[in-house]
Amino acid sequence: MSVLITISLLAILVLYLGLFKAKKALLPVSILGLLGALSLSFYEWGSYAQPIYNGMMLFDNFAAAFSGITILSTLLIFLLSKDYFERISSNIAEYYTVILFSLAGIIVMVSYHNLTMLFIGIEIMSVSLYILAGIKKRDFASNEAALKYFLMGAFSTGFLLFGIALLYGASGSFDLLEIRNYILSAPQEVSPLFYGGILLLIVGLCFKVGAAPFHFWAPDVYEGSPSLITAYMSTVVKTAGFAAFLRLFLFCFSPLSEFWSPVLVTLAALSLLIGNITAVYQQHFKRMLAYSSISHVGYMLFAVISLNGSSDTSIFVYAAAYSIASIMAFAALILLQRQVGTDSFDSFNGLARKNPFLALTLTVAMLSLAGIPLTAGFIGKFMMFTSALSTYHTYLVLFAVLNAAIGIFYYFRVIVAMYFKEADRHELIVSPYYRLVLGLSAAATILLGVYPELISRLI
Amino acid sequence: MEILLLIFLPLAGAIIVSLFGKHQQAKTAAFIWSLLSLGFTGYLLDGFDPAAGTQFTVDFPWLLSLGSRFNAGIDGISMLLVLLTNALVPLIILASFSHNYKSPGAFYGLILFMQSGLLLVFTALDAFLFYVGWEIALIPIYFICAIWGGSNRIKVNIKFFIYTFAGSLIMLLGIIYMAQQTPDKTFDLLGFYQLSLSTSEQSWVFLAFFMAFAIKMPIFPFHTWQPDTYTESPTAGTMLLSGIMLKMGTYGAIRWLIPVAPLGFAQWGQTALTLAVIGIVYASLIAFTQKDIKRLVAYSSIAHVGLIAAGIFVWNLQGLQGAMIQMLNHGLNVFGLFFVLDIIIRRLGTRDMDKMGGIAKMAPKFSITFLIILLGTVALPLTNGFIGEFLLLMGLYNYNIWASAIAGLTIILGAVYMLRMYQRIMFGPSADNTLTFADIAGTEKVVLFVVCALILFIGVYPKPLLAISETSTRELIDFVNGKIAGGSPTNY
Repeated sequence: MSVLITISLLAILVLYLGLFKAKKALLPVSILGLLGALSLSFYEWGSYAQPIYNGMMLFDNFAAAFSGITILSTLLIFLLSKDYFERISSNIAEYYTVILFSLAGIIVMVSYHNLTMLFIGIEIMSVSLYILAGIKKRDFASNEAALKYFLMGAFSTGFLLFGIALLYGASGSFDLLEIRNYILSAPQEVSPLFYGGILLLIVGLCFKVGAAPFHFWAPDVYEGSPSLITAYMSTVVKTAGFAAFLRLFLFCFSPLSEFWSPVLVTLAALSLLIGNITAVYQQHFKRMLAYSSISHVGYMLFAVISLNGSSDTSIFVYAAAYSIASIMAFAALILLQRQVGTDSFDSFNGLARKNPFLALTLTVAMLSLAGIPLTAGFIGKFMMFTSALSTYHTYLVLFAVLNAAIGIFYYFRVIVAMYFKEADRHELIVSPYYRLVLGLSAAATILLGVYPELISRLI
Repeated sequence: MEILLLIFLPLAGAIIVSLFGKHQQAKTAAFIWSLLSLGFTGYLLDGFDPAAGTQFTVDFPWLLSLGSRFNAGIDGISMLLVLLTNALVPLIILASFSHNYKSPGAFYGLILFMQSGLLLVFTALDAFLFYVGWEIALIPIYFICAIWGGSNRIKVNIKFFIYTFAGSLIMLLGIIYMAQQTPDKTFDLLGFYQLSLSTSEQSWVFLAFFMAFAIKMPIFPFHTWQPDTYTESPTAGTMLLSGIMLKMGTYGAIRWLIPVAPLGFAQWGQTALTLAVIGIVYASLIAFTQKDIKRLVAYSSIAHVGLIAAGIFVWNLQGLQGAMIQMLNHGLNVFGLFFVLDIIIRRLGTRDMDKMGGIAKMAPKFSITFLIILLGTVALPLTNGFIGEFLLLMGLYNYNIWASAIAGLTIILGAVYMLRMYQRIMFGPSADNTLTFADIAGTEKVVLFVVCALILFIGVYPKPLLAISETSTRELIDFVNGKIAGGSPTNY
């Protein structure tokens, strides 16, 4: 719980630093604070956890692990933010503060034990994101992104809230344990209201994680927002959304899986298909990442579909692999946008010759996203396939396998451009912070790909 | 522990060689390093007992939470392929000495990296490990072919990669499914062997594995990636693909496909055999019409592999032993052929055989070595190809006389298109560009003499090689036949 307190206090501290014009201190303080929060989440790991604050929160291993990976991803993104926000706005303290506030919301999302806390967590996160998406005040695309995100997000919040209300109407409680007991006491006589509630919750949560067919906001919002905010949205936010998803379904709804699993199977298959097919047709790296992130949602839904003892580990490993690889991809994207001015696939031509290090790390990222062995992404995909096959969703996995093969096409376009095509270009300047993030992430991707036991026993 | 050294020695070499960067000494370093691997294989061969089953086993926990162990070992079947890999890689490196590839550090590093992946495939006794090796071998060859290949390399290689990757993912599906059925959810090969799944389950698992292996070999109609990729790749890449990598498919069929799903094999084996035999005739006929010499050899390779696959799918001792020795022979012969073609293409600057002719009188040493390799390929007695194809056809004959008659066309057709190619290139009036054709010298001479010596030696005295795999193949056949007949798992 100290993690949540630390991050909230850190956000306020950073806000005050901005007020007193201590611009130089913003980044170091934020990073130190996050490191502190990260070590606290390690510290809380493994302690025998009980629900606290009248059963509102439960900081168990699950929460500790997901807090850890979301904080770590935020940390990497902060390292990339050196000199980034200064270029697009003068109010940089607000950036750090708002990101930290949304992270606080995320910590609530991964450790709730009561549906009200789920709602509060999601709202803290979402409202911060609406601001972040539109933070380039004078930029048309950024404004469009913020407005779209806000309207769609508000809409989905409505679904979520209505779903929670229906669950409350049927079970008489917001508490996860009580809801679970309500189902277990008479699985055959669960009220129809309750089923309606589950469906509405699925809609609301799928909006938040960007699963098809509730994904229409994602590509435009991802493209319009500043790239670093996009990186944050497509990694940290998505991970948190899945943690919230899984916690609810694993703990409460698992006895009713016969009801909701066909729904999620359909959503997963749709996300895979739409995400993959549209990604193939993109000419720009950022939009390709946006669409491919939809297909990754499809893979991650596998773990929710086939709930078993290792679902949480599978999601955790997949989310970690996906986040690290995506952050590398976005780091390259930012460098390219800043120094070349475009992010079309052609702008990667000949990069390997001028920037061998950047090209190599980006290749590792693409291989990981594509799920090639010896990278963390393969272990993630492997775990997803395993869990789906353990509940005999053979056709779904076969479908996913074909989609993974399609995925090669667009992930390898970057590699093809960097290594196999020639172009006259200048060397991109990669600052030491970027080198650090890229190097660490690439090493972590390969390390987890060779020996995932390092994190697969955390939950 | 020996296995670990065997697998990781090339990997260490890959890292060292890649440090050479743009210096052309990288090839010397890579060559010396690959000789180390070869020497170590010799040491293993010396301590290897063909009658003792799986040896040099290494088994330690790796990914326990996923159910996978690092479990590898060598039996007679693996031994031959390890020998093939570690003998061909030095030859391939030596054969590329006349080229000055840009970034040689990366080029030779990738070759050694691939060697590690191949050795992992040929020794893995754990399905997860096998799959990892299977993919590791694919990544370097993709980069080798796509960076250093011909003008159309990008499109061709992405097709090749997606094609094979789709096949291997479907195999992964089968692997995970099998692992889910084992009592403690592990990927152990012997655990897979012990399972007795229903016929329908086995038939699906068979098809899943078959996809991966059929694409890799390739078997008709999954061969469409192969001629383009072979033609567009740099010569070393073509040699790796045809000499060693396609044996991953045939080896996989022997070790994983048939014993893991014997009832599936009983159901689909005949179909697979038919496809293989169709491929033989089909590829031979297409090879006959080719003007591009590299493409011609690419198609002939489909025909030869089709015969090996047919020998495996008849599943008797002659067929399987023939397949084992022919994998080795085909690796050697196709390497030699592609090297000969590389010499011609490099000197003449064309792949069109209509623009060649009269080389024989310019380069006598070259024409003799070429002839020996060619005769090995068309399976003339006293060359290595004869032993293999004879055993394979005998195996087919014991299974079905018609299958053997149709597959036997490969020898006739092969002789026709190969000798026709030889005649067009070597005899007849000289073309303008062949008048100055220099005879082989230096490393070319060494490589071709070694290849010819091996072709003749194996052709005259194949017994030691056959003896390596005989016990293992016999036991495997008995095991599978027992499972097909009785259904209850016997100990293996």
